[in-house]
Amino acid sequence: MSLNITKQNGGDSPPFAVSLKDICKSFGPVRANASISLDVLSGTIHGIIGENGAGKSTLMSILYGFYQPDSGQIELDGISSAFRQPSEAIAMGIGMVHQHFMLVPNFTALENIILGAEGQKGLKTGLQLAREKLQELSQIYGLEVELDSITEELPVGIQQRIEILKALYRGARVLILDEPTGVLTPQETDQLFEILKALKSEGVTILLITHKLHEVMAITDVVSVMRQGKLVAHTKTNETSPEWLAEQMVGRSVLVNSEFAPGKPDKIALSAHNLCVSDKRGFNSLKSVSFELREGEILGVAGIAGNGQSELLSVLSGIIKPAIGAFSIGEYLFNSSQPADPAFLRQLGIAHVPEDRHAEGLILQFHAFESSVLGYETNSKLGRNLLTDPNIIKEHCSELMNSFDVRPPNPKLLSSQFSGGNQQKLVLAREISSMPKVLLVGQPTRGVDIGAIEFIHNTLIKMRDRGCAILLVSVELEEILSLSDRIMVMNAGEVVGTVDKLDATKSMLGKMMAGIATDAASASSALNIPELTSAGLKGGV
Amino acid sequence: MQTSRLPAYVDILIIPFLNLLTALFVAGIIIAIIGENPFTALSVMLKGAFIYKGGLGYTLFYTTNFIFTGLAVAVAFHAMLFNIGGEGQAAMGGLGIGLVALSLGGVIPAPFVILLAILGSALFGAFWGVIPGYLQAKRGSHIVITTIMFNFIASSILIWLLAGMLMAPNQMSPETVSFADGVMLFKIHEILNSMGFYVARSPLNISFALALLCCFAVWVLIWRTRLGYRIRATGFSTKASTYAGYRPEWIIILVMAISGGLAGMMAVNEILGVQHRVILNFTSGYGFTGIAVALMGRNHPVGIIFASLLFGALYQGGAELDFEFQTITRDMVVMIQGLIILFSGALAYMFNPILERFFSANTPQKEMLDG
Repeated sequence: MSLNITKQNGGDSPPFAVSLKDICKSFGPVRANASISLDVLSGTIHGIIGENGAGKSTLMSILYGFYQPDSGQIELDGISSAFRQPSEAIAMGIGMVHQHFMLVPNFTALENIILGAEGQKGLKTGLQLAREKLQELSQIYGLEVELDSITEELPVGIQQRIEILKALYRGARVLILDEPTGVLTPQETDQLFEILKALKSEGVTILLITHKLHEVMAITDVVSVMRQGKLVAHTKTNETSPEWLAEQMVGRSVLVNSEFAPGKPDKIALSAHNLCVSDKRGFNSLKSVSFELREGEILGVAGIAGNGQSELLSVLSGIIKPAIGAFSIGEYLFNSSQPADPAFLRQLGIAHVPEDRHAEGLILQFHAFESSVLGYETNSKLGRNLLTDPNIIKEHCSELMNSFDVRPPNPKLLSSQFSGGNQQKLVLAREISSMPKVLLVGQPTRGVDIGAIEFIHNTLIKMRDRGCAILLVSVELEEILSLSDRIMVMNAGEVVGTVDKLDATKSMLGKMMAGIATDAASASSALNIPELTSAGLKGGV
Repeated sequence: MQTSRLPAYVDILIIPFLNLLTALFVAGIIIAIIGENPFTALSVMLKGAFIYKGGLGYTLFYTTNFIFTGLAVAVAFHAMLFNIGGEGQAAMGGLGIGLVALSLGGVIPAPFVILLAILGSALFGAFWGVIPGYLQAKRGSHIVITTIMFNFIASSILIWLLAGMLMAPNQMSPETVSFADGVMLFKIHEILNSMGFYVARSPLNISFALALLCCFAVWVLIWRTRLGYRIRATGFSTKASTYAGYRPEWIIILVMAISGGLAGMMAVNEILGVQHRVILNFTSGYGFTGIAVALMGRNHPVGIIFASLLFGALYQGGAELDFEFQTITRDMVVMIQGLIILFSGALAYMFNPILERFFSANTPQKEMLDG
């Protein structure tokens, strides 16, 4: 890790456009930014990458004046600055283009650009002056926008240009772009990059927040990697590789790395064929995913967060239905016309430990005993017919708490009063107590303390050895490597490849997570071509 | 529902009491300004509501209305739905009673007519709740907007029917003919008098018992049934409800049916208990006041009984104020009610921050429970 690459600032070197010194920011117990120092050279494109929740947006919001840091300083061109609100940052030449545009849909482009900066004169003359200034700006930077078009009728790429013009019109010399390509088509992305290059050549400093590695490689000069609120790496772009960056983004070595005996895969418990998921805008978050999951094995799903793993879990647990494709469990087949229902899947013995235990796994306002039966309240042991008996449920919850070492073992506390690890143990206890045939697990140890991690890992292995088929989704590479029998790597909604635990190395997985299929992986995925094809061939012969 | 960091007894008893006291204090100032003694006024109100002849009966009669509409709001609120449509649902409940009583009265024995009419009120009210529920669940139309609109629609339907098809012949009022003999509920004073206890006449009838029964039923539903568990889970977290396989959209529709049914049964008290015919505007704002009742009663049936009693006493005692004082008019009484709704409804959580500071200073801070 070369942290000092741009830190050659002696007394005489040119001041940095932006210099953040020891920025700290906490939200309650969460440290979003832990003493971050970052220098951005004037007139460069500086990429800031990291997974969701790594703290990139918080850092940029501090720079833009949305948040005040708990401690630390901001310097612009060597001058110490403090912003109490965005208007002060804007006055100092900082502009931000948000991921979700802040535009009035039924205003014209021109009206949107000058909104809040109309000038003191009458609106009419203000508009005319703005028009002249904007025409100049668009010529310099190649930002062509029909100023009199209604904003909502313009394509997303043009709306983004309006946002950029808005910032430049206010005199921005430092431009922050938050995930700018998330909503763009590939062509629009290319055009955006042209604009960014033009801006750079005119001396504008650009901070690009993203989690897309190829964009970082394509356009940035310098890149900083954030992970869990800390700045973990800082390097010139032409001296690094996407694989190394991917490792930096996800790689963690703090985990206890226990060695477990391999599983004994048996019959197929779940098989997915060509699963696709698309949202309302037509964005495909899951693309033709096929795999088989066997009893007595753990199939780990690795990947940088946001590459389709969440959608995969949602489809397999019946929360969303696939657009195309199907999956089968036993003799039951589920597809878009016969979608799975979470309650029915539970009856079939599919348990699901969701990624987000606060929003899905538990109901924070419920007492622990109430959360301990979420989805299982129809269990005949817990009450007669339609009625439930709180005493029986409390007893049931006590048993779960004792056998899973949930502390404090008090069913009457609110679910929100337990620590992350104990909440997770309660969810795990609930899902496992039903003796499932298939267990879908998402981020089992996110926000969980070390002691609980070990317990959770041992529990998963124990379940596997009892013949449970486990699909483990985790962004913790160490966890995947330590628990899985096979590892399936996902990138951009697709399966890059599946490797055996014994063949897998961290660097190889890192490459695959960046979307580069390796030989071993492509070989095994070639073997995985579904039987349908070979059957078709036979028919042809 | 916001999760309070206060001890339960503070939330349930002290805060509503403080809110009530504040409202009465402000009302007292206004009464003093117009030149009457606030304490005399208060005593007249209390005597009017509880002590004067028939006063208690009237108070409990109004209480019955508030229990039904308060329960309706509370049940919906457990699924985080704000049912403002109690007025319309109650009006439709009245129509349900009218249609059953007018078509079957005299045809089949009166007790059966009464039972079917009660069922009719619940079904019509439920139907009027289900439509906004469906629109919310399946189409995303906001339930607050649609239930308000449905109040107007219900009101217009009633006007149209009562001034047209259902209007009693040979008279000028928009109302139906009276129901057949016997199609009415027993009055409590009649029952007690026949048992030898003398009490004054009042419109209080056995719907009061029905209301209390509904309170118990709602308590069982929300805290002792699987459906109630699912309703609360959906209210707290739609995502968790989806995860658990509860189908939030169906829960929403079902909850609105139950809520509308409860509001619809308010008509049992007014129409089957007193009027014995369908009239216009018998709901006279009880549906809206139900929102304040539910808020003050913390959406719990027991709380709702007490809040309903308070509002019942206000209605009856307020009428007495109007009667006793030259300077205090009916509008003045509405103002006092408004103040109580303001302080215990809209500003229900005004004292929470102060009390939270007080209690966190006086009790050891509960540590984050780490394992």
